[in-house]
Amino acid sequence: MVEWTDFERTTIQDIFSKMNYDVVGQQALARCLIVYPWTQRYFGNFGNLYNAAAIMGNPMVAAHGKVVLHGLDRAVKNMDNIKAAYAELSVLHSEKLHLLGDCLTIVVAAQLGAGFTPEVQAAFQKFLAVVVSSLRRQYH
Amino acid sequence: MSLSANDKATVKALWAKISPKAEDIGNEALSRMLYVYPQTKTYFSHWSDLTPGSAPVRKHGKKVVGGIGLAVEKIDDLFNGLLTLSELHAFQLRILSHNILVVLAMLFPDDFTPEAHLAMDKFFARVALALSDKYR
Repeated sequence: MVEWTDFERTTIQDIFSKMNYDVVGQQALARCLIVYPWTQRYFGNFGNLYNAAAIMGNPMVAAHGKVVLHGLDRAVKNMDNIKAAYAELSVLHSEKLHLLGDCLTIVVAAQLGAGFTPEVQAAFQKFLAVVVSSLRRQYH
Repeated sequence: MSLSANDKATVKALWAKISPKAEDIGNEALSRMLYVYPQTKTYFSHWSDLTPGSAPVRKHGKKVVGGIGLAVEKIDDLFNGLLTLSELHAFQLRILSHNILVVLAMLFPDDFTPEAHLAMDKFFARVALALSDKYR
């Protein structure tokens, strides 16, 4: 069981309540595909991913980015049992999911600017680590 | 993986733009590394104060960012250019690099495009490799 402090709970709820899911989802996924190009192999049917501009403008990337963020919502609403929240979610989630988490951290940092203090960063990264670990659990 | 001419140009251009804030970047990145990844504190147990923004952290942050500036200058020959730097860093560089990227996104959201992010990430990977070259 993960223990959350009041600060961590409030911080996570706050970040997600103010977030533009469409923008952040698209930016995080696009960034992941650009910065870590080997992750493109999971999206063979997404069409044109040949360069950064193509990825940034790709509508399937934008759509899937949105799906990802809404998927994170489940964890935000069930912080006390994230493992169960993802029990039936597709096992397709790769071992490299933490790379997407890193890109999401970067995008949120850019959005919040000075508001992304070390304490907020720690809470956010802890949350992502729990989510990623819960999704990886399905493998074994 | 090696740095293309475009990667090097991107890194140099970004660094030129952000180096006026070098001290802040160093302080913020190091502070975050120590706070978000407390296991890194073991390397600095001799400091009086390991809290974000403290004097020892700020001082070392300045040194760190000076080292990165040196790496940017020596970008065409990192392996020889960084010979004088202590090899102690290589293992921690992965964590520190992540935090530098976060700080760049925070302070320079418009300049830290996906392309710039890619070039910097590759650059830090090369720097880490150059630093660990003398390990054994």
